[in-house]
Amino acid sequence: MSVLVYAENTDGKFKKSVHEVISYAKAVADDLNTSLTAISIGDVASDELNTLGNYGASKVLDVSSEQLKKFINQAYASVIAAAANELDASLVVISNSFSGKGLAPRIAAKLEAGLAAGAVELPNVDGDKLTVKKTAFSGKAFAIVELSSAKKVIALNPNAFEVRETGGSAQVEAFNPEISGNDLATVIQDIVRATDKVTLPDAEIVVSAGRGLKGPENWHIVEELAEVLGAAMACSKPVSDAGWRPHSEHVGQTGIAVSPNLYIAIGISGAIQHLAGVSSSKTIVVINKDPEAPFFKVADYGIVGDAFEVVPKLTAAIKAYKGN
Amino acid sequence: MNILVCISNVPDTTSKISFTNDKTTFNTTGIQYIVNPYDEIALSKAIGLAEGGQGTVTVINVGESSTEPTIRKALATGADEAVRINAAPRDAWFVAHQIAAYAKDKNFDLILTGRESIDYNGSQVAAFVGELLGIPSVATAKKIDIANHTATVEREIEGGKEVLSIPLPLIAGTAEGVAEPRIPNMRGIMTARTKPLAVIDAIDVPVLANVVKYEIPEPRGAVTLVEASEVEKLVDLLHNKARVI
Ligand SMILES: Cc1cc2nc3c(=O)[nH]c(=O)nc-3n(C[C@H](O)[C@H](O)[C@H](O)COP(=O)(O)OP(=O)(O)OC[C@H]3O[C@@H](n4cnc5c(N)ncnc54)[C@H](O)[C@@H]3O)c2cc1C
Ligand SMILES: Nc1ncnc2c1ncn2[C@@H]1O[C@H](COP(=O)(O)O)[C@@H](O)[C@H]1O
Repeated sequence: MSVLVYAENTDGKFKKSVHEVISYAKAVADDLNTSLTAISIGDVASDELNTLGNYGASKVLDVSSEQLKKFINQAYASVIAAAANELDASLVVISNSFSGKGLAPRIAAKLEAGLAAGAVELPNVDGDKLTVKKTAFSGKAFAIVELSSAKKVIALNPNAFEVRETGGSAQVEAFNPEISGNDLATVIQDIVRATDKVTLPDAEIVVSAGRGLKGPENWHIVEELAEVLGAAMACSKPVSDAGWRPHSEHVGQTGIAVSPNLYIAIGISGAIQHLAGVSSSKTIVVINKDPEAPFFKVADYGIVGDAFEVVPKLTAAIKAYKGN
Repeated sequence: MNILVCISNVPDTTSKISFTNDKTTFNTTGIQYIVNPYDEIALSKAIGLAEGGQGTVTVINVGESSTEPTIRKALATGADEAVRINAAPRDAWFVAHQIAAYAKDKNFDLILTGRESIDYNGSQVAAFVGELLGIPSVATAKKIDIANHTATVEREIEGGKEVLSIPLPLIAGTAEGVAEPRIPNMRGIMTARTKPLAVIDAIDVPVLANVVKYEIPEPRGAVTLVEASEVEKLVDLLHNKARVI
């Protein structure tokens, strides 16, 4: 019996969300008195694979076959399930990233495992049962899910668990299970990724703006604030519907759910659908010229004022503070 | 081209969420139900692909008879026929088994779901069905084009997109960008009443994950307001008190 965690790489590197999921899996493995094995698929240098030891993996399975250099949902799920079977892993942990969402159910189905997707806390261990808290109703509630099947799969939300460095090291082993042709039907034609930007779902700070900004030509004040904070940018739904910003920045009940350490909402009224996707942020700052804006009711800090005056001043103040 | 669209019946987005029976049961008092917003995108895409005699659109819902207004709305929007699997949708695993059991011998070229349901939002059904049917699945598609029995799909990834080429049959969860949501017109509403809606018994599925309880997030304390002329104070609070910058 052991715990298996999938370490998803981004262009050959492991991001913070991977360190989170490994730290989480390590904590569960400790609770289950067992060891943690990580599996990496794709083109990752051995130096980078070794770093996984520092977050609690004692072994790393390295799947580097030519056919699996790029993410193929079906094949990756088969490989991870094969590794779980080989290790007799009772639990597979994976990040609830865009790729993770495609993988977790397929792995769970192959293992006949109960799946908790969107976990936000460590599970309670009760004999063979794991009880996990996960988001439901687009962040308006949590569901406590009991997994009682022999094998289990947990998909952990980004930013839900703190990275814990153990100082440990991992032993890297090649792992090359057979892959059926049926699993390789998908062909990746192109990958377009902005590598210089913080990505929204796993950003620690998010700067978000709404219709109060009046038009896309004013977004530079949002961008400048995001830049000094090293933050990702987001927007309300009407903003992306109007084409001011791309859909991938739309947060809320029908957009991306985020839970950064700091969420700054500029010129956003705080409609229930918007709040659903952002209210689990640890600290919320609201800048709005209307003191009655509903967003102030769920904010930690607020400034009642005109965004066009307040935001550039705030950017300058943060720049000055960072300069010190 | 024969397309199956999976429709979830969910609480209106303005709903306040609460629970009864010792927090074990969703409180449906005063709740309005709608077609899951992402499923509207899936449905609109399917209708567009089938238009002009290019194919048929079947919608499927796993739900009790109370979901029929939502199914009729999908028919009014332009689906050709509907199927309701008569059972309370216990979880995504259960729902996926019902959909897979129905679709297994029907040779659908394309199955669309929303990228997630806004109630249980596991983003699970598409990948479960894909696995149960042994066909490729895409969890979050932001663009789908079909030509020569092959789909070109843009998949959402952190900070960008991946362009995939996948032979049909395929199941994909749709996000914004795949299609503009369509709304029923008068003719659609009239014809919806006479379109076929088959009701089928559910199959048994073992329970692997069981919701034992729900919780509501803790409310935040009162807001600390800072004067617009004192942004430095906010910086100080964020650094020294909240410790987030
Ligand atoms: C089915 C459905 C799903 C939805 N899903 C989502 C979702 O996922 N995410 C989402 O965001 N919305 C969603 N909505 C829309 C939601 O109901 C609101 O309409 C939307 O969030 C409002 O966006 P906003 O706050 O940017 O605009 P508004 O409500 O127009 O608010 C603009 C705010 O800017 C302030 N303002 C104006 N000028 C200034 C200035 N100069 N300086 C500072 N402040 C200023 C105003 O006081 C106001 O509070 C959904 C709606 C529906 C029906
Ligand atoms: N009860 C249901 N009946 C039919 N389709 C469903 C049902 N529940 C979920 N789906 C489909 O599966 C998608 C993803 O749901 P979920 O896995 O719950 O996030 C939804 O957008 C629907 O297309």
